[in-house]
Amino acid sequence: MKLKLGLGLLFIIVVMVLIGPVFSEFDPETIHWDDMAIPPDSIYWMGTDVMGRDLYIRILLGGQVSLMVGIVATLVSVVIGVFYGMAAGFLGGRVDAVMMRLVDVFYALPFLFLVILLMVFFGQYLWLLFVAIGCYLWLDMARIVRGQTMMLKRQAFVEAAHALGQSNKKIIFSHVLPNLKGVVIVYATLTIPQVIMIESFLSFLGLGVQEPMTSWGALVNEGASNMDMAVWSLLFPALFLALTLIGFNLVGDGLRDRWDPALQNNK
Amino acid sequence: MTNQKPLLNIKNLIVEFNTEHDLVRAVDDLSFQIEAGKTMGLVGESGSGKSVTALSVLGLVPQPPGKITSGAIEFRGTDLLHLPEKQLRCIRGNDISMVFQEPMTSLNPVFRVGHQIAEVLRLHQKLNRKQAKARTIELMDWVGIPEPHRRYRFYPHEMSGGQKQRVMIAMAIACQPRLLICDEPTTALDVTIQRQVLELLKNLQQELGMSMLFITHDLGVIADLADEVVVMYRAKKVEQAVTQNIFNAPQHPYTKGLLACRPKLHDNPKRLLTVGDYMAESGVALNPPEVSFESQIKSDKSTQPALLEVKNLKTYFPVKTGLWGRVTSHVKAVDGVSFTVKKGETLGLVGESGCGKTTLGRTILKLQTATAGQVIYDGIDVFAQKPQQLRQLRSRMQIIFQDPYASLNPRMTVGQTLMEPLQLHQPHNSKQQNWNKAAELMQQVGMNPDQLNRFPHEFSGGQRQRISIARALAVEPEFIICDESVSALDVSVQAQVLNLLLDLQDQMGLTYIFISHDLSVINFIADRVGVMNQGKLVELNTADEIYRNPQNPYTQKLLDAIPEPMPEPMPKL
Amino acid sequence: MVVKRLLWAMPVLWLILTITFFLLRVAPGGPFDQERELTPEMMQLINDKYQLDQPLIHQYGSYLSATLHGDLGPSFQYIDYSVNELVALGLPVSLKLGFWALLLALVLGLLLGMIAATYANKWPDLVAMITAVIGISTPNFVIAPLLVLWLAVHWQWLPVGGWSGGHWTYVVLPVITLSLPYIASIARLVRGSLLEVYSQPFVRTAKAKGLSDSSVLFKHALRPAMLPLVSYLGPTAVGLMTGSVVIEQIFGIPGMGRYFVQGALNRDYTLVLGVVLVVGLLMVLFNLLVDVLYRWIDPRMGVEGSH
Repeated sequence: MKLKLGLGLLFIIVVMVLIGPVFSEFDPETIHWDDMAIPPDSIYWMGTDVMGRDLYIRILLGGQVSLMVGIVATLVSVVIGVFYGMAAGFLGGRVDAVMMRLVDVFYALPFLFLVILLMVFFGQYLWLLFVAIGCYLWLDMARIVRGQTMMLKRQAFVEAAHALGQSNKKIIFSHVLPNLKGVVIVYATLTIPQVIMIESFLSFLGLGVQEPMTSWGALVNEGASNMDMAVWSLLFPALFLALTLIGFNLVGDGLRDRWDPALQNNK
Repeated sequence: MTNQKPLLNIKNLIVEFNTEHDLVRAVDDLSFQIEAGKTMGLVGESGSGKSVTALSVLGLVPQPPGKITSGAIEFRGTDLLHLPEKQLRCIRGNDISMVFQEPMTSLNPVFRVGHQIAEVLRLHQKLNRKQAKARTIELMDWVGIPEPHRRYRFYPHEMSGGQKQRVMIAMAIACQPRLLICDEPTTALDVTIQRQVLELLKNLQQELGMSMLFITHDLGVIADLADEVVVMYRAKKVEQAVTQNIFNAPQHPYTKGLLACRPKLHDNPKRLLTVGDYMAESGVALNPPEVSFESQIKSDKSTQPALLEVKNLKTYFPVKTGLWGRVTSHVKAVDGVSFTVKKGETLGLVGESGCGKTTLGRTILKLQTATAGQVIYDGIDVFAQKPQQLRQLRSRMQIIFQDPYASLNPRMTVGQTLMEPLQLHQPHNSKQQNWNKAAELMQQVGMNPDQLNRFPHEFSGGQRQRISIARALAVEPEFIICDESVSALDVSVQAQVLNLLLDLQDQMGLTYIFISHDLSVINFIADRVGVMNQGKLVELNTADEIYRNPQNPYTQKLLDAIPEPMPEPMPKL
Repeated sequence: MVVKRLLWAMPVLWLILTITFFLLRVAPGGPFDQERELTPEMMQLINDKYQLDQPLIHQYGSYLSATLHGDLGPSFQYIDYSVNELVALGLPVSLKLGFWALLLALVLGLLLGMIAATYANKWPDLVAMITAVIGISTPNFVIAPLLVLWLAVHWQWLPVGGWSGGHWTYVVLPVITLSLPYIASIARLVRGSLLEVYSQPFVRTAKAKGLSDSSVLFKHALRPAMLPLVSYLGPTAVGLMTGSVVIEQIFGIPGMGRYFVQGALNRDYTLVLGVVLVVGLLMVLFNLLVDVLYRWIDPRMGVEGSH
């Protein structure tokens, strides 16, 4: 139920964000001097902001940026996290101890503060945003993957593969990785909304995506500072942002209910 | 029939469970009575509905998904099923109490055990804190917990399994119940501990004059405990009789099969009869084949050449403490074990949990690194092999694990699982050839080759264990270590798998090391038996000698602890 | 254990300081870029005060040694203040905000989670969990302006912003917005772990003793179910600290978060370093507290230390 609802929601949003701009005759940066802070009507479907820019096109293009940041940064965190976690879990022993100690150190850093700092100084580079957020979020993934790998390593079917004379590499790729897939997909799905949230949080502080580019976070920021003049300029981007996050959280939850090994063992 | 009303009267009980797909009857039209002061045994295999019956009495069937559809459970004339929750709570733990199977998880891990016992007293007998504590310590003493004053303040994880079960029993008898329900109370315990707990329960029952409903899958446990036995099969009662009659004159084919399929210490058939020999799937009785009950003639294999030599093997596990895991001490799991295994023989390794038998098996295959010692397999020093050579060697030595659920990769079909070793050791074979070989292997272990495309979760425990055996056979080994390979299976399935292992040995001349905690199983399958205790091999001899004339006191203790169904009618205690 | 943890914290804090220090210095721009054309005399004054003419390594060394002595240096932006003074002004405000937000999140989160678990898969559960998903998915910088718009601007029940020495009317809105997402995630966490504990055999034992449902919940299930919540407290504290950066910005509260953002934008090196250090220290302390709490709730932790 959750899964279907979430997937439906995301499908609608993604389709709107990708195809929606085609139907608009406006340019996201053109300022309509006569039409500042116009409420939604048949021309400006979501109204205009206080500078007289069409919100419909801005929100959809901003959505492309927000979604892209979410997905790319999540991929960064998944790649780092899965390999790091799997290496630590599979190698075990002293290597594992050192690797996990390092994760502990990273956990103790006020990372978001460092991300903020990075963005303050290098804000003009969007790629840095991916790297910064991805570097911050891989820690959780690494821990989860490590735990799962340790658990899998002790499973009899992995021992049996060793006993059959299978090589370590083959064991990782045919026995460990396929069984990690579920967990990784679930947590990746739950990481995307986190990233989008962090991006919008940075953009809200004026540190994330820079003009002329925009994102939902930046739009919410603009909307919030002008809400007494144009409340729709806050409400629409906020609605898109919240619905997207709800969608991802629902899908993640739904997948977890379906795949979580802890839940499956109830039999 | 006595005029006196029975203490507990279960009438036409039906309990159903809603699963994802359909409605399953867990208990189907079950009726029986327990008289005051008597013990009723409730016997059946997993999924037969015996535990659900017990939970129904206390109103603890999880609803949903469970639902008691009809019937009545009368306790001293009151129908418990229609009692308001509040009154039912006054009966639970007070008039009727229960001991569960898993002492490890049945106690709250974050509370001191004393408080958990005292809680019942404060609840039902309205004792104050001090009185409850004093009474708790008395109770702990009564159930045989040493130093009850000190152990009152222990947390469950600080106690052994047997002591935890004693805590559970103290909790259950705290209010001197009229009926004690024991749901497999000794299944999770070692055989020597099981013996003690059973004796404790028997004594308590006599002292308190209470009735007992004793649930078990093991007929052996119930023999000198129960007055009467109900046998359940697939949610239905198939037989009810006085205990002696169950053992001496079983009526229902299922009961007959259940009795026959359990390996016994004294008469050793060539192969075990199974439930399937007595009863068709439809429930129709069959005529069992003749089995020679004269002692299994174990061919003398002492003249055979040695296949495996284990020399002074030691496996220690470091105990690490501190931030960087400094090693402060060692757990000596295997501590200087030496023995040889002859070609074609079965060496049984027996011992209680934690004695090191599993570590020993894993160390022999180098799945676990040894601390010291040597393993010579057919003249080859196993530990001295380079990784590549070791992989070659591993096609000759295989292992079959205990847990049929964990031993197959859930994301691979049975076909893929069986193809993996084939491709590894016969890389030049075509895919089709390997597939045909996999199908052959399935037939060899008594499975349908059409099922190669299925995933492990579609099979039962016994079937999965057969698949694990097929996988081990795929590399055409000469030597297989069976590590508790039948322990997780129901007795009737266990018999089938044991027979299969014997047949395979006959056909292919396999050599086995058979590791088990169950002396009866070991006696059935092994030519020679090694007894392990605390990492050491304390006795090694032919099976007959070990069972008839044990030398080591520990072996003696183990043998004494085995509950054995009465070989002939004997007076009940 | 505690001593070891504290010793462990030293290198972590040093790492934080070092990363931040060099990050600040490699960044383009300096603290006095906005001022027009400084005279050589003024330049000399500034260099005397801030040692900006020294080699970087030397500056780093003297900063570290001053920090070890508890001196966080003079602020670049608030010329008359030292960073110590600024922290002394801002920290109590942030702590007050964080404390009430944490308390509110814990109380409401636990309550909601317990209700949801008790009525699992019935309508109160459904309502609570839908609310929770919405709560988690709505950033607080979206909720904050909306609350301000209605409660403060339209109905004028509460002030729009400011701090006013921490008078409760000024605290209410920031605390609510700060805690909302955490109420939601704590509720979900508690529900999940309670349901898991409910499936444990020891809960069945408790019921078999004849305990009522509420006794089972409060005496037997709640404490083990708190364990995941306790481990979650560490990240929550961090979240509250970073979250308050935004909240302080929106409501114009003179806490640490505002110093941090403004300091970073103005290249106020010492102030940013000071804030990062204080936040790092708070995190270390909080994680320590969580550890102690965890051990207190779960007696098994003592022996499992070997893992």
